[in-house]
Amino acid sequence: MNFVAGFRDPELAGGLISRIRSMSKTPVRLMEFCGGHTVTVFKYGLRQVLPGTVEMVSGPGCPVCVTANADLDKVIYLAGIPGVIIATFGDLIRVPGSRSSLQKAQAEGADIRIVYSTTDALKIAAGNPARPVVFLGIGFETTAPTIAASIREAEDRKIKNYSVLSLHKLSPPVIRAILASGEVKLHGLICPGHVSTIIGSHPWEFIARDYNIPCVISGFEPVDILQCVDMLVAQVEKDESKVEIAYRRGVRAEGNQVALKLMDQVFEPCPAYWRGMGEIAGSGLKLRKAYERFDAECIFDIKPGPVYEPAGCICGDVLRGVKTPLDCRLFRIQCTPESPVGPCMVSSEGTCSAYYLYGEDNIGE
Amino acid sequence: MCLAIPVLIKSIDGKEAEVEMGGITRQVSLFLTPEARVGDYALVHTGYTINILEEKEARETLRLLGEIAALDERQD
Amino acid sequence: MESRILLAHGSGGALAQELVAGSFIKAFNNPILAKMDDSAVINLGYNGRLAFTTDSYVVNPIFFRNGDIGKLAVCGTVNDLAMSGARPQYLSLAVIIEEGFPRSNLDRIVDSIRLAAEEAEVEIVTGDTKVVQRGSADKLFINTAGLGIVPENISISGGNARPGDRVILSGTIGDHGIAILSEREGISFSTGLESDCAPLGGLVADMLTASSNIHCLRDPTRGGLATILNEIARQSGVSIIINEEAVPVREEVLAACEMLGFDPLYIANEGKLVAIVAPEDADKTLGAMRENKYGDKAAIIGEVRAEHPGRVAMKTVLGTTRIVNMLAGDPLPRIC
Repeated sequence: MNFVAGFRDPELAGGLISRIRSMSKTPVRLMEFCGGHTVTVFKYGLRQVLPGTVEMVSGPGCPVCVTANADLDKVIYLAGIPGVIIATFGDLIRVPGSRSSLQKAQAEGADIRIVYSTTDALKIAAGNPARPVVFLGIGFETTAPTIAASIREAEDRKIKNYSVLSLHKLSPPVIRAILASGEVKLHGLICPGHVSTIIGSHPWEFIARDYNIPCVISGFEPVDILQCVDMLVAQVEKDESKVEIAYRRGVRAEGNQVALKLMDQVFEPCPAYWRGMGEIAGSGLKLRKAYERFDAECIFDIKPGPVYEPAGCICGDVLRGVKTPLDCRLFRIQCTPESPVGPCMVSSEGTCSAYYLYGEDNIGE
Repeated sequence: MCLAIPVLIKSIDGKEAEVEMGGITRQVSLFLTPEARVGDYALVHTGYTINILEEKEARETLRLLGEIAALDERQD
Repeated sequence: MESRILLAHGSGGALAQELVAGSFIKAFNNPILAKMDDSAVINLGYNGRLAFTTDSYVVNPIFFRNGDIGKLAVCGTVNDLAMSGARPQYLSLAVIIEEGFPRSNLDRIVDSIRLAAEEAEVEIVTGDTKVVQRGSADKLFINTAGLGIVPENISISGGNARPGDRVILSGTIGDHGIAILSEREGISFSTGLESDCAPLGGLVADMLTASSNIHCLRDPTRGGLATILNEIARQSGVSIIINEEAVPVREEVLAACEMLGFDPLYIANEGKLVAIVAPEDADKTLGAMRENKYGDKAAIIGEVRAEHPGRVAMKTVLGTTRIVNMLAGDPLPRIC
C-alpha cells in the first residue's frame, strides 16, 4: 500500500478543487496552524487553485519560529560551555539569537552535532561518557513524546551524561490565545495532523464550542489539505462548527495514549514565552522534579545575558497571522535565508522561508 | 518539524524495528507504539513510530475522493 | 603493522621521492609526468581556446558506493571542462595527506584516479604531495586543475540560453548526495543507492556531434539542479520553467528526501548534466544522450522563456506553478 501517491493525485485534487469552487459562496479566512501545512500549500501552489472566497493565513505552528530570543540565547550559552556537546535537530543551527547562532558558535569552536533523532543523541552520550550531552528539545506535541522516550531510555540504560533543554510548546493553548486576542478573524482552522496523531481530536473542541469556528484535522499531502478545505467550507456553508478528522488514516479521536502517558510522566505544563505573543500560561513543557537530573536548566547555571530583538523584524505579527512576509520591510532585502534576521526565514517551515523559496501567491502561468 | 512519513515494518527486535519506505530501510524505535506488528504500516517522526496507519481508512478516504473526482468529470 | 603516511613523506626527501614514484608516477605512467620536471610542458598544438579549471575535494566519507575522493576529483574536474564544450586532456593532482593515513588507502585512491583518468582519456601530468600533522587535515584533501581545448566553432556558456530553448537533464537527480549521506555516521539508513560519479566528456562529445546548437551545459553539483537553473536564468536574463513530472528521480532518493526533509532539486549530483538546447535540435540531442551509458535516462524537463527574467519555476504534479529558488543554507556539508 502506498500511503502517499494517492494523496498527490491530480485527479483527486481536481475533483476537490471543483467542489470547493462550486460550494464556496461565503468569504472565509482559514488558518493553517502547522508549518508543515504551510510548506505543502506553497510547494503545490494550492492558493492558485482555491477560489477567491477562500483566504489562507499561516499560524504559529513552527516550533523554531516561535522560540523566543531569550530561549535561543540560553541555547547558545550552553553551546559555549567548554566540554559540552550540543545535540540538535538541524532546524536550529542557523537561527539567530540576540548576539549569535549555533552555526556561529560552531565556527568559534562549540561542539554541535546535528541529529535526526534523540536515539542518535543518546548514542553520542553513551559514546562520550565523560562529556555532558545536551539535547535541544524543540517541537510541539508530535516531538515531545520522543524526547520523553529518550529520557526514559537514558534512565533505563543508566546514561548519566544526557540532558535535555526543554523548549517544547503545546498547540491548543496558543490557538486559544490567538482566538482570545481577537486580532484576526478566522472562519476555520486547519488543525495540525501529526500533533493530533498524539493528542487526538478532543483538545480542539473548545474552538468549535467556545468560538464557533469549524476545525478539521488535516494530513500533509496536497490532496489532504484540499479535502480539509472542502470540509471546512462545507461546515461554513451549513453554518456548522465542529471538529472533524479528515486525516483518518493518521489520527484517532483518542490520540496516542502511550505517548500521552509518557509525556505526562516526564513533563508537566508550564508558562512559556512565544515570539510575538509573550507569555502564555500552560503552553510549555518542563521536566518534572523526578527527572531533574536530566534537565539542563537544573544541571547548568545558564546566564545568557540581555536579550535583543532585531529592529524591523515582524516575525511575531506573521506568526499571529496578522501580517504576511510581504508586509515586512526587511523581507528579501535584508532578511534572506542566507542572512536571516528572524527565525521565520530560517526554519524550513517558517512562513517567510516558504514565501521566499516558493514564491508569492498567485504567480500563475 | 512535524515531518512524519509512512513506512512498512519489516522486522522487530524488542523495542526497535527495521522499516522500509521506497527502497530505503532504517532502524526506528517502537517505544511509542508497543502494539506494532511486522507487516503494519506506521508513521515515523524523528526516528520513532508515532502511530500505526489505518490502511482501511486510507483506502476508504481515497475511494471517497475518487467518487468526488468522478462526479466532477461527469459534470464537465 | 599497517603502513602509514608519515610527515617525512611530505618533506621532499628520500621517503617523499619513494612515495611519489611508488604511488603516483607508477600509476599514472605518461611521458610528461615521467620527466618529473617542476612543471609539465605540453604542446597543445590546437586551434581553439584553452579551457582551464580548478577544484578542491574534501568529501566525507572518502570512500563511498561507486566512488571515492580520487574518482570524484577526476570526474569533477573533467566535467567542469566538458561543460565548456572542451575536450578534457590534462590534469594536475595535488594531495594534502593527514599524518597517519594508511598507505593502503592512498594506493586505493590512486588506483581509482588512474581508472577514472583512463576512462575520461585524460593524463595526470603534474602533481604535488604534502603531509600535515595529525589533526590538521581530515584524512585526505585533493586539489586539481584541468586543461582542455574548446574547438573554434563551439560557444557554450551559462549566458547563452534563449527563449524557446529546451532544458534537457541527463538522468536521475539526487543520487550522489543521498548515497554520501547514507554512508556517514549518525545517518542510520541503508540503501542500495550508489553515487552517480562519472566522467561526462564522452557524453558531451556525443551531444556536440549531434547538435551545434547547444547553448549551455552545466553539471548540477553542490546546490543541485535548482541552483544551476537559477544561475543560468540569471546569467542569460531569461526564465526557466520545468515540469515536476518530467524530472527523473529514483524512488530511493525520493524516500530518503521525504525522511530527512530534503528536496531532490537541491541535492548534489556528480555524474549528471543539464543542457540548454535550441528547440529544433532538442530531440536529436536527447537521442544522442540516450545512446550513451551516462545519458540513458535523459529527459527534456522544461523550457526557457523570456518573461520574468532570472526566475525559475516548476509546474507541479497538480498543474499549479511554484517558484524554484536557489539553495539557501547548506543541508549537506562536504558533499564533494
